[in-house]
Amino acid sequence: MSGVFVFVEHDSGSPSETSLQAVALAGALTEVSAVTIGNCAIGGVERHVVIEHPLLSDHAPEAAGEALAQLCQARSLDAVLASGTERGNEIMAHLAAILDLPLAAMVTEIRPSGDDWELTRVRWGGSLLEEARLSAPLKLATVAPHAVEAAVRSEEVDAEVFEPELSDELVRTRVVERVTVSEGVTLSTAPVVVSGGRGVGSPEGFRVLEDLAGLLGGAVGCSRVVTNNGWRPHSDQVGQTGTRVAPNLYIACGISGAIQHWVGMMASKNVLAINNDPEAPMVTRADYAVIGDLHPILEAVVAEVRRRTGV
Amino acid sequence: MRILVCVKRVPAPGARIALTEDRQAVDARHLPFTVSPHEECAVEEAVRIKEGHGGTVVVMTLGPAEAEEQLRYAISTGADEAVLLATDGSDWDPQATASTLTEGVRDLELAGDPFDLILFGNESADAGGYQVGIRVAHALGRPVISGIKGLEIEDQTLVARRETDAGFEVYRLPLPAVVAVKEGINLPRYPTLPSRLRAKKAEVATSQPTGRPGGLAMLRLDTPPEAESSTTILGRGPEAAPAIADLLEELGLL
Repeated sequence: MSGVFVFVEHDSGSPSETSLQAVALAGALTEVSAVTIGNCAIGGVERHVVIEHPLLSDHAPEAAGEALAQLCQARSLDAVLASGTERGNEIMAHLAAILDLPLAAMVTEIRPSGDDWELTRVRWGGSLLEEARLSAPLKLATVAPHAVEAAVRSEEVDAEVFEPELSDELVRTRVVERVTVSEGVTLSTAPVVVSGGRGVGSPEGFRVLEDLAGLLGGAVGCSRVVTNNGWRPHSDQVGQTGTRVAPNLYIACGISGAIQHWVGMMASKNVLAINNDPEAPMVTRADYAVIGDLHPILEAVVAEVRRRTGV
Repeated sequence: MRILVCVKRVPAPGARIALTEDRQAVDARHLPFTVSPHEECAVEEAVRIKEGHGGTVVVMTLGPAEAEEQLRYAISTGADEAVLLATDGSDWDPQATASTLTEGVRDLELAGDPFDLILFGNESADAGGYQVGIRVAHALGRPVISGIKGLEIEDQTLVARRETDAGFEVYRLPLPAVVAVKEGINLPRYPTLPSRLRAKKAEVATSQPTGRPGGLAMLRLDTPPEAESSTTILGRGPEAAPAIADLLEELGLL
């Protein structure tokens, strides 16, 4: 193989954790080059290509896909990978559509087999695995977040610049405005997520979850039942059709643990279930559990945390 | 506004998924089926736009003959017309699905007025390929944005919002356009009894397309290995609070 490019997402100059996971997966196959839109410090790769164009100063998926397509045509590549994030999947789908090539989304393993790749990808957000064959002159795939460990950050490599030719028309699908709703801790990056399900019982029932999350510098999450009942906004929903989280600790309060919820939080390092049903799937799959009615338990935990921290 | 919504028939979320013996498909014998969640919201969004601006909502699916059930459900929640591109029930890859849906759009636009807006779900609940809507948009030469959780129409411009960690991003697209939406854009309505009866009698335009397979072929399905888990019970009731606080300290969270 002559090389794999990994499209690396970055935030204020630092590559994202999930992009470094894609670099690690690709690195197990062959020599890896990183491609970024705008500059960021990146190491652990052979080469780093920076795509620069005024249209790409904010997220512009059509333009980004077109820029990557031009890069693919300018170089002889075997494959382009990205992380299976919202943006990664989106930009890769544009690239695949422009080049009329297949795209394997949410891959967890790649096994080259002759000219093809045999691969494993997730279905149902991770409740099922699919073994598939990818046949194409240029392989395109996104890597399921948290399927592999991120590549170790090492010495930064020099970047070379690639300037695509982009039609002004592509401004039509570029971010025109950004609105900040909440500052500080976000669900997808919080070190602790205090999450509630049907067992919380009402919108007001979430107050004690908010108290605990606030004390721990965490965020409040919820299950799909909760948003379907209108108790919490959909932006709080954890699961296949909501946000994927991977905190140090996920506290599941009154959540039975349907598979579609589990796949949204299974990357958590530790899971604590608080539930009055000792047989609930969330309890049997959790690392730690407390059995009982969640409200008095959480109130006691809030009091104990306040006592120990003096807050 | 003439709006097309493309939907997919999938096993209902929450159902326990088992595989057929040959591991080529999900064992559907005991499963309830539904419209994929993001797409159910796409239908609701189309109906709301129609209610606000006037127009027609057409719903189209590529799937087995049984997918007629999902088309009728969409009609019972406010869609006007239904189109079934019937397959033999086998798994079509994203390229074959997209090119067949594109042909379906072209046929509908030759026979009637062009669509101002085509809606997709961001990804299907089952296959999760994240690409069919984007492929169709490119084939039709129309702008497309995905991951959308808010839509408004202002004159001939579509204002679309996408959630980010801290808030949201805003896009403005000229019509006609293609949008892939996510659950949370709205809370879909339930059908009423009269609307169910109307949907039962509605005509479903059916054809049997022949797909050209793309370059991603499913070989078989597997259930992921269950992680070895042994749950440590920290206690029962509020008396367990100190044990929970100990755990928080141990994990460096206090």
